[in-house]
Parts: sequence; structure tokens; C-alpha cells
Amino acid sequence: MLEVFIFATLNGLVTGLLLFMLASGLTLIFSMMGVLNFAHASFYMLGAYVAYSISLYFGFWTGLIVAPLIVGLLGALIERYGLRRVHQSGHVAELVFTFGLAFLIEEAVQFFWGRDTKNYQTPDLLDFPLFTLFGQEFSAYRGFMMTISIGIFIALYYVLTKSRVGIIIQAAITHPQTVANLGHNVPLIFMGVFGVGTALAGLAGVIAGPVLTTFPGMATVLGSIVFVIVVIGGLGSLAGAFIASLMIGLLQSYAIASDVGMPDLLNLLGISFARDHPLNDLWTINLPQIAPVLPFLLLVLVLIFRPTGLLGKREE
Amino acid sequence: MAMLKKSAIWIAFAVTLVGMPQIFDSILAISILNQMAIAIVFALSYNMLLGQGGMLSFGHAVYFGLGGFLSVHALILIEFETMVFSILWIPLIGGLFGLLAGLFIGSFSTRKAGTVFAMISLGIGELIAASSLIFSSFFGGEAGISGDRTFGPTFFGVDFTQNIDIYYVATFWVFLATLFMYLFTQTPAGRMANAVRDNPERAEFIGYSARKVRFISFCASGLFAGVAGGLFALNYEFITEENLNAATSGRVLLMAYIGGLGYFIGPIIGAVILTLMNSLLSNYSELWMLYLGIMFLLTVMFLPRGFAGFIMMHQVAWVRGTLTLLIKPYIITGVPAILFSLTAILLIEMSHTEDEIFHFLGMALNTSSSVTWVVALILSGGTFFATRKSLGQLNEAWESANAISKDEQT
Repeated sequence: MLEVFIFATLNGLVTGLLLFMLASGLTLIFSMMGVLNFAHASFYMLGAYVAYSISLYFGFWTGLIVAPLIVGLLGALIERYGLRRVHQSGHVAELVFTFGLAFLIEEAVQFFWGRDTKNYQTPDLLDFPLFTLFGQEFSAYRGFMMTISIGIFIALYYVLTKSRVGIIIQAAITHPQTVANLGHNVPLIFMGVFGVGTALAGLAGVIAGPVLTTFPGMATVLGSIVFVIVVIGGLGSLAGAFIASLMIGLLQSYAIASDVGMPDLLNLLGISFARDHPLNDLWTINLPQIAPVLPFLLLVLVLIFRPTGLLGKREE
Repeated sequence: MAMLKKSAIWIAFAVTLVGMPQIFDSILAISILNQMAIAIVFALSYNMLLGQGGMLSFGHAVYFGLGGFLSVHALILIEFETMVFSILWIPLIGGLFGLLAGLFIGSFSTRKAGTVFAMISLGIGELIAASSLIFSSFFGGEAGISGDRTFGPTFFGVDFTQNIDIYYVATFWVFLATLFMYLFTQTPAGRMANAVRDNPERAEFIGYSARKVRFISFCASGLFAGVAGGLFALNYEFITEENLNAATSGRVLLMAYIGGLGYFIGPIIGAVILTLMNSLLSNYSELWMLYLGIMFLLTVMFLPRGFAGFIMMHQVAWVRGTLTLLIKPYIITGVPAILFSLTAILLIEMSHTEDEIFHFLGMALNTSSSVTWVVALILSGGTFFATRKSLGQLNEAWESANAISKDEQT
């Protein structure tokens, strides 16, 4: 029982920290532009694919550095020539634009790389068990993923709150006109933030690609979960996104690892139903089965009862 | 007079609907027409939300799918003679179930518009799609459920074995649904939906509850999405989880947006275009989804009001009789633009194909020779440049066609 719990916790932390890498960029972009970037997970997928192609020629480590840069550059260009233009037509148009972008990127990925799963491997350097617990191995690569994510959280937090650039960014979020009057190029800041946000998503893709498999559907798998995190954490709040990422990661991991379900609850209450009861599906349901649904249930509940999320301030 | 003009449009619409299978009578055409009929009702119901009510939904397929699932269950009940009624009424059952789902979900999701509403709709959509795989006795799991429409009482001897029979059933419902959705826009509820979309605060100040207004639009939209789902069930006789998941929700958003939000006719145009692309283009190219994505992004960027908006842009010039001034500039820009699109498509297709010889517009091109590639690249570059250059004169012509001259101002 204990070993299941420990491994579920470790897996949940890995997933949660990975989700945070995506959510951090998304929440940053939202706090700047007030628009949820629907294509965020698509940049994550692009990161994985670009890194895969690079790794074929130059190895994993080059891909780790170059792929996020390429994805970030692409993101910045899309902001400059696409999103900025759509911005004039309002928020709904922006949201729809990023939605279309997600659609297009998925098709483009299939065009360039094909529909099949890519054999993107973890580097040999990290191909050893970090430690063995109860006879189960915890790979070094997972440890590496966790380190990178935590590093990003610290770096991002430091840059945003302590550095000069971060202070200008924070000021540009709340008072763009004043910042512009002080001589800063606000559109350039926006473009930069969008670029950095998408680069972070790309980085997440690079390190997740080998573990979660690199295939054209990988954006869809994580796409909506990232929204859940950003909304639950509170739109625009980095710390909130961090907490929510870990929460969702652990929640899903525990739900999958557990083996309790409706039958146990019914036994406890001393109720039983015939097998041909019309609601038989409901009476036999168990937690691992509904694990994928839990985040969305949480999303809807949070939006109904606390639309600002855990740490959010913004009330529309 | 205005009344007469309006009824003339509706009569023309009915005649078009009934007349279509007379002109296009192949089996393929009928099946495309059926798909169009379903898409039109679905897209119009989506426009009620986004275009008329300002609620961006990423989970509209839920009402379509739930309506469809209940309709297939109704078909099964008819088959086993638990209930006896003509399958003609199936879309109504789908609609009522869509309305029921709308009543329930709308009761908590319509409090806010904007991002909050969009996120709730996304969450609900994912929730229902995932649950549909769990509750397999109602949703049939991955395989879905299927029925048979040929049981039940016949309708004046028609037993609905042919697709064409279903087309006429669909025509009846499309006409009815379109008419009611149009009439809805004319009711105070429909008018207030526009007001709440544009400025919810003002609407509240004159005494309307923005939430209630949104709720009414939301339920009506659920009803018609359910009708579309019922039509789907009748046409295909089966339904799966795919029909209520995010992909279907995305498709209806694309339809409504490409056609043109805010205009009543917009989603109809979008539904027709997308269905045609879906069924015809997919025969020629496996990359049609890529083209669809590009087309969608270009629409959002350059035609924010869609095709209908593009047509309506010419209203001023039409009224003033200056539309003819635009013909020549349109040709000057249009010809290189079309050539550019063609060469771009050629380049995309050539880099995708594995064949040595690629057939394009009756030409046989050698894909392994670099000459083909260089020529295609130069052509696409040149036509792109020409299109950009020609935009200036188009702009000028547009200004002069729409400019208000001095004597008109006074």
C-alpha cells in the first residue's frame, strides 16, 4: 500500500511539474494579453517534433536548447503577424484565432512528420535508474524532468519579481499606456512574452516527448488539461498555476493508482443492485475509470463557485 | 411590401430546398445534401449562441450529440415496438432532449459570457465526452449505438429506406428550424440577446437580467442543436462518442465563423462550404484539413465577419450603384491571388506526394526534376508579389466606390 502511494506521488509530481511548464507560459500570456492561447499545447507538440528531428542529427542535448528557441521564434512571429492583427476585432476573435491555430498546427505536424508515432528516445546519459524503491525503479530522466520544471519556476519567479525586465512586464500588464509613455516599446514586450511563453511550452514538449510519446495527438491530450490548471489556479497567477498543476497531477495519479470504486461504497452502505439494473454502469464505476474526467469536473465546479480560481484576482 | 419581400425569400428558400435533389440526383449528391441539411441547422443553432448572444462555446456538440443519442434510442424503441410513432418526429425528440440538456447546463453556465463561459463550455464538453465512454449502456462505448429507421408506421406509403426520403424529412425540419430561428431573432428575447452581447451592463440598467437573456438563447440553441442531432441519427442510423466531443464542437465553430457570425445567412453559407469541402475535396487531397485550417485562419485575420460579412460589405456600393467600379480592380487582384493559391497548393501537394509524376490541372509534372520545383517556386513568389502590389489599387477603388461625395453629404 505504501509503495503504491509513494510511486503515485512521484508520478503525480512529475506530471504536475510538466503541466506547470505548459501552464506557466499560458498564464503569463493571459495576464499580458487577456487572451487564452488555445494553441499553447500545439507549441508543446511542435517542441517535441522539432527536438526529435534535431536529435536525429545532433543528439538530444542540442535539441533541448535549439528546439525551444525555434518554437519561441515561431510564436513571436505568429504574435507579430497574426494575433496582433486579430486583436483589433476583439477577444472572441483572438480566442477563435488561437483555436484555428491549434487546428492548423496539428495538420501541419501531420504534413511534415506524418501520422505515425515518432521514436523519440531519452538520451543515453540519463538512461539509468536514479534510485530503486520497493523493487521499482525511478528513472534518472524523470528526475531530470522535475529538476528542469522546478528550475523554470524559480527562474520565472525571480525574473518577474526581481529583475528590471520583469518589473516593466508587470507594469505593462496593468498600465500599458503609462509604460509606453515612459518610452518602452509595449508591443515588443508583448511579442517577447508570447515568444517566451511558447518557448516554455516548446521546452516542455522537448522533455516530455520521449516519455509521453511523440505523436500528432499529443497536443489534444494535454491541451484542455492545461486550461483546467490555469483556470483553477486563477487566471494570470503564476503561483496559482504551480499549485494547481501539482494538484491536478497528484489527483490524476492517485485516482489511477487507487482501486476503490462505487462497489466499495455500496458495500459500505450495505446496498446492492441487480446486474441488470438500468444504472449498472453507475454502480460499477471505479476511480481509475473516472480519473480523466476529474480535472474537468473540478474546472466546472471552480468556475461555478469561485470563478477567480485559487489565487486569481481578475474578475471580468 | 417588406412583408411580401420577406415571404418571397422564404418561398425561394423552400423551393431551393425541395428543388436541389431534382438537379443533383446522384447518390453521392443526395448524401451530401443530407449532410448539408444537418450542418445548416447545427451551424445556425451555434450562431444563436455566438453570433446573436456573444457566447463563445467550445462544447456545442454536447447538445447535438445528446439529441442524436436519444434519437437513436427512440429508433430502437420503435424497432422493438415499445413505442409506435412515425420516425418523422425523431428530430423533435432530439430537440427536446437538447433543450433539456440546455436547461440544466445553462442554469449555471450562463451567469457570465466571455472567457468564463467559454471555459465552462469546454469543461462540460470534455466531461460529457469522457462520461459517454464510461456509461456504455446509454452511449454504447467506443462503438456507439445504432438503430434502424425503416420500422414504425409509414408516412403515406413512404418507408424511409432511401436517403432521398430522409432528405425530404430533413428539408421539412430544416425549413421549420430555420424559420423559427429567424423568428427568434425578431422576438424581444432575440433582440435583447444582441443587446446583452454588445453591452451587458446597459442591458441590466434598463431592467433586463443579462443572465436570463443568455439563458433563453442558450436553451433555444440547445433545442435546435438537438434537432440537428436527431436529423443526424435519422440519416446515419448510428451515433458515436465522436459526435459529441471537442472535434465536432470545433467543426461547428469553423462553419459558423467562416460563413459569417452575426448575419443570419452566414452559418448557412459556412455549412454549405464546409460540407462541400469535407465531401468533395477529401476525394482529391488527403491534405484538405490543412487547407481548411489555412482558410479558417485567413478568414479570422482578413474577413472577421466571414463570407457573409464580405458580401454585405458591398451593400453601400450596391445601393449607390458604384459596384461596377469594383469589377476591374477585383479582377486585377483576383487573378494573381488565384494563381498564387494554385501554385501554393501545387507546392504543398508536390512535397507531400511520393509519386514520380504528379498530375495537377491536367498537367503531368515530374516531381524529381528540380526544374519543376524552381518554376513552381518562381511562379508562386511572383504571383504573391503581384497580389501584394495590386492591393493598393483595390484599396483606392474601394475608397472611391464607398466615398460619400460632397453633394450627397448635404
